Amino acid sequence: MKAFLRIPRFARTPSGAIGLGLLVFVLLVAFLGPLIAPDSITETVGPPGQSPSGPAPFGTDFLGRDVFSRLLNGGHSVVLLGCAATALSYLLGVTVGLVAGYTRSVVDPLLMRTMDVLLAFPALLILLVLATGLGAHMWVLVVGVALVQLPAIARIIRTTTMEASTRGYVDAAVARGERPAAIMRREILPNVLPVLLADFGIRFGYSIVLIASMNFLGLGLTPPAADWGLMISENRNYIALNIWSVLAPAIMLALLTIAVNLTADAFVRSLGRSVGRGKRRRPSAVATALADLPAVAELPAAGGPMGGAR
Amino acid sequence: MTTTVPTRGDLISRPSRRARMRMASSHPVVAFLIRRITAGILTLFVASILIYGAVLVLPGNVAQVVLGRNATPDRLAQVDAQLHLNQSVPGRYWHWLTGMLTGHFGNSMASLAQGQILSVSHAISTPLKNSLVLALITILVFIPLCLLLGTLAGLRAGSKTDHAISLTGLALGSLPEFLIGTLLIAILFSELNLLPAVSTIGPGETPFTHPNQLIMPVLTLLCVSVAFGTRLLRASIVEVMREDHVAMARLNGIGERRVISRYVLRNSLGPSVQVVAQMIQYLLGGIIITESVFNYPGIGTTLVQAVSVRDPQVVSVVAMLLATIYVAVNIVADLAVVFLVPKLRTSL
Repeated sequence: MKAFLRIPRFARTPSGAIGLGLLVFVLLVAFLGPLIAPDSITETVGPPGQSPSGPAPFGTDFLGRDVFSRLLNGGHSVVLLGCAATALSYLLGVTVGLVAGYTRSVVDPLLMRTMDVLLAFPALLILLVLATGLGAHMWVLVVGVALVQLPAIARIIRTTTMEASTRGYVDAAVARGERPAAIMRREILPNVLPVLLADFGIRFGYSIVLIASMNFLGLGLTPPAADWGLMISENRNYIALNIWSVLAPAIMLALLTIAVNLTADAFVRSLGRSVGRGKRRRPSAVATALADLPAVAELPAAGGPMGGAR
Repeated sequence: MTTTVPTRGDLISRPSRRARMRMASSHPVVAFLIRRITAGILTLFVASILIYGAVLVLPGNVAQVVLGRNATPDRLAQVDAQLHLNQSVPGRYWHWLTGMLTGHFGNSMASLAQGQILSVSHAISTPLKNSLVLALITILVFIPLCLLLGTLAGLRAGSKTDHAISLTGLALGSLPEFLIGTLLIAILFSELNLLPAVSTIGPGETPFTHPNQLIMPVLTLLCVSVAFGTRLLRASIVEVMREDHVAMARLNGIGERRVISRYVLRNSLGPSVQVVAQMIQYLLGGIIITESVFNYPGIGTTLVQAVSVRDPQVVSVVAMLLATIYVAVNIVADLAVVFLVPKLRTSL
C-alpha cells in the first residue's frame, strides 16, 4: 500500500502528527538530555529554591540542585522502566493466553480465573501490595506493572488462540506430530501477534502512568535519582519557592503521556478499517505493512481491530 | 368473547407446585445472581491468599521488617504474638482470615514499632469516612457532567464540538492524577492563590469544616474520569441514534427534542449504569493517589503511608476492603443492567 511508503498514514492525521512530533521531542530530551546536561544531578549549584536565572534556566530545587540538568536526566528512567514493564506483561500475557487457549484442559479455567482475581484489584493496589511485601525497588515496579496489564493481554490472546487453533494449518501441524509448544510458537503465535500489538501504545502509556505514579508516591526510584515523577513529589512542598522545580518535570511527563496516547490512538484508528478486513485473509500482509513503520522504539508497533481496549 | 375456563390439556400440562418452585429458583436472573455471588466470593478468597502472601509472607521475617531499627526483644515478641509468627503459614493465614471475617483487624504494626498500640479499625475508620465524602461528591458531579458532555458529543458526532470534547478528553484522560493535581496546585494555588494546596483537616474535623479544600481533589478526579465516561456515553448515543426506532419516531413527526429525551437517552441508560460502576471502581484506585497529592486524610493517604512504613496489617486490611468493594460493585452493576435492559435477560 502506498500509504505506508514513508510517512505512515496515522501521522498524517492532525492528532497523529502532533502526537508523533511531541513523542520524538520528549524522547530526544529523555535520551540525549543526559549528554548535554550542564551540571551533575547531585551537585549543589546555588541556594535552594532559586528562581530561574541565566546559568540555571529553571532555577534550583529544594536542595539547591540545577532543575534543568535534573530535568534532562530524569526522562529515560520512566521510559525504560515503562518499556521493560510492558515487555514483561506481553511475555507473561502471551504465555498465559497461548497455554490457556490452546490446551483447553483444566489449565485453562485455572489460569483465567487467576486472571479474574488480578482484575478484582484496582491497578495501583497491586503495586502497593507488592511494594509492602518486597520493598520499593525498580524490579518490583516492573513486575507489578506487568501483573496489572497481564489479565487483559492474556484474555485477548486466549480468545484469538482459540480461534486460530481451529484452522487447518494447526491440524496439519498436529498431524505432523509436532509438540504443542512448537505449534503454539510457530503456528499460532505469528497469527495472534498483530491483534496483540494493536494496543501496545495504549499499554505502554498506561505503564508509564503507573510507574510515574509510584515514583511520585516515593515507592519506586529512591532519591537522589533524577526522575520526573520523583522530582515533582520532592519539590511540591517547596512550590512557593520555585514553581519551575515542580512545573518543568510535570510538563515533561504530561507531554510524554499525551504524546504516547495521541500517537497510539491515531495509529489504531488508521489501521482499524483496513486491518479489520485484511486480518482474516492475509495476516502476513499486516505484518509486512507494519514492519515498514518508523523505528522509534516506543511507537505502538502494530495494528488490529482490538484498538482502544483498555 | 373467549372463555377463560382452562381446558383439560392446560390442567395436565401445568407444572406441579414443586416444579414451579424449582423453576422460580432457576429463574435466569436468580441463577445469574447466585452464580455471580459465588464467583465473587471465590475471587475474594483467592485474592485474600494473594494479599496475605504478598504482604505477610513474602517479606520473610515480617517482625524484623516491620520494626526495623525500632526492634527490641519485647516488641519483636509482641509482633510475633500479634501475627502468630510461631505458627505455620497456613495457620497464620487462618488467623488473619477469621479476623478479617469477624471484624478483628488486629493492630497497626507501625504503632507497635513506636511502642503504642493502635487498632487498625480505629486507624482506618475516620479516613474511610473522609474518603467516602470525597467519592460521593465526585460521583454527584460526575454523572450530570458526563451526561451533558456525552450527549452533546454524541448528538453532534463528527462536529467541531464533538472533536473538541474528544480531544480534550483524550489529553486529560491520559494524564495521571498526580500530574493533574500538581498542575492544579501550580495554577490555583501558586499563581492565582485561590485555593489551599493541601488539606488541613485536623482530628475531630470533617471535610465539611473546610469545604474549599475538597474542590481541588474533586476536580482532579473529575479531570481524569469524565473523559472516559463521556466517551462511553457518546458511543452509546451514536449507536442508538442509528437505530430504526429513532428513525421511525422522526418519520412520525415527533419533535427532535422529544425523540432525544424519550427514544435516545432512555436507551442509552444501560451503558450509563456501567459508566457509574466503572467510575466507582476507578475511584477506588484514583483516590489513593489523589488523596496523597493533597494530603487529604482519607483511606488512600492512610494506605500509602502504611506502605511506606511497611505496616502489613493496615495494608492487608485496606487492600481486602478495596477488593471487596470492587467485586461487589461489579456484581451490583451487572444486576442493575439486567434489570434496566430486559433484552439482556434472555442471554443469561
